[in-house]
Amino acid sequence: MLNQLTISELTAKLSKREISARQAMQACLDQISRVDGKIHAFISHDPADALAQADEADKLLTKNGQDAARPLLGVPIAIKDVLAVKNQPLNCGSKILGNFISPYDATVVKKIKAAGGVVFGRLNMDEFAMGSSTENSAFGVTRNPWDVTRIPGGSSGGSAAAVAADETIAALGSDTGGSIRQPAALCGCVGLKPTYGRVSRYGLVAFASSLDQIGPFTKDVRDAAIILGVIAGHDPNDSTSIPQPVPNYASKLTGNIKGLKLGLPKEYMIGGLDTEVNSAIDAAVKNFQELGAEIVEISLPHTDYAVATYYIIATAEASANLARFDGIRYGMRVDGADPIELYRRTRGAGFGAEVKRRIILGTYVLSSGYYDAYYLRAQKVRTLIRNDFLKAYEKVDAIITPTTPTAAFKIGEKSDDPLQMYLSDIFTISCNLAGICGISIPCGFTKSPRLPIGLQLLGRPFGEETLLKIAHACEQKTLCYKQKAAV
Amino acid sequence: MLETRSLNIETHFMAAGEIDIKYVAHLARLHLTTDEEKKLGAQLGHILGYIEKLKELDVTGVEPTAHAVPMVNVTRMDEIRPSLANEDALRNAPAKANGLFIVPKIVE
Repeated sequence: MLNQLTISELTAKLSKREISARQAMQACLDQISRVDGKIHAFISHDPADALAQADEADKLLTKNGQDAARPLLGVPIAIKDVLAVKNQPLNCGSKILGNFISPYDATVVKKIKAAGGVVFGRLNMDEFAMGSSTENSAFGVTRNPWDVTRIPGGSSGGSAAAVAADETIAALGSDTGGSIRQPAALCGCVGLKPTYGRVSRYGLVAFASSLDQIGPFTKDVRDAAIILGVIAGHDPNDSTSIPQPVPNYASKLTGNIKGLKLGLPKEYMIGGLDTEVNSAIDAAVKNFQELGAEIVEISLPHTDYAVATYYIIATAEASANLARFDGIRYGMRVDGADPIELYRRTRGAGFGAEVKRRIILGTYVLSSGYYDAYYLRAQKVRTLIRNDFLKAYEKVDAIITPTTPTAAFKIGEKSDDPLQMYLSDIFTISCNLAGICGISIPCGFTKSPRLPIGLQLLGRPFGEETLLKIAHACEQKTLCYKQKAAV
Repeated sequence: MLETRSLNIETHFMAAGEIDIKYVAHLARLHLTTDEEKKLGAQLGHILGYIEKLKELDVTGVEPTAHAVPMVNVTRMDEIRPSLANEDALRNAPAKANGLFIVPKIVE
């Protein structure tokens, strides 16, 4: 089944011309026809456009063969509905964008296209990336391929489900508080959140600009390294992208992690941590020791304050960023007698409940009289959280945690209790506040029902090389990533 | 009016977890139904109660972090570069004419 291949397996077959890019794309399209009625990972996709791009790739493959400048030549890559792809719809899982068509490519999309990738599809997500379950989309709920009565995680639930159900070879998503790592963990694929500033955010619809970062969903760690190598780097269109050289991440995956030090934060072993998740992490620790890594207990003392800090900073930034959806320049409009009434009605009709909740909270914490008590204080606590990590990295090369406290929960289980939903992000949120990099890889399964468990590794700022090397060594030992959901 | 407002703020500081939803929704230019106001009010009260825990920490002398990677004065050469064409900028407009966005009357 070509749609089950990894990028490295697929490109090897393509370069030998054993198969064509069209066949690979068609295999993904067939899988979408077969399973997406159940999973609903895609909001929309354009098969004719995808096949036309695959044909272009085949022409280049016939003419020049595989080419180092195009490491993704002929590889289908699906896109979260938060990234601009020229001449394709963009909705952010919301009604408010109406029939919006992107006038330009996001920088990451431009780079994937330049690397030969076949960019296709709009993957479902929580509206404006606000949520942990993909239940907040105006286009319906996405279901977990391992158990369709459960959530796939979020906000990039469509990206994770599509990769886990082999509807695409890889996908792009975005991560503001765990929106790549959490769904990757719950669907059993690899999800990488790069260091803040490693990947350009140009063409990503902004949620919380100081926390957002784009990253890949893949079937193994090597593929995540390949995609990161393509999308990373400075971009003059994003002043927060950092001009630092991009290493050849994939070439560093040697499997040798002897002597590396891995930190186990004592604050992450909390009550509420599922016993099966706990034992999967214990097993991972044992694996790392067998691979020759040294395990060190560390402390991240401000962990308990991360969720509160995050929900002040993220909602404050969101309330400002979402001001642009006002019914004037794009998207839907509900008319009013004056501009204020037009704004109020358009936004009232266009945004869903979670987005409204966060806009109100964000506006409140920034409003006169509350700014110092909430927003400024949260920014100071953010400094303390970041310092915890920088101090830990003086002693260790990476930090090991569970990605989530439990495996995938049931659809509807937490949708009426926003605070419980927010607290399920406890392990992923600090990474964005600190601006470091993180990855989730499959590390085990619950017994009944059988659901994936994710291991999170957190690396130094711009430490993706080491992070990927450690994740790869672990993955090759457990081989959990080879297990597939029976869709 | 001003006095009433600051009075409200005082009260809310004391009883954390109460938001003047109507006022905040006005600031956010967001129409809410009466049902939404009620539901949001209760949920946000709950969330704000949780957020109060940040007050346990002593943050005296701690610098705020606005961005994890502090960069200042990122500039480019002051030169003319291509930008979005007028028709591309207007392509998604809900109402347009003569190369412009149409909006409700804003001056008498």
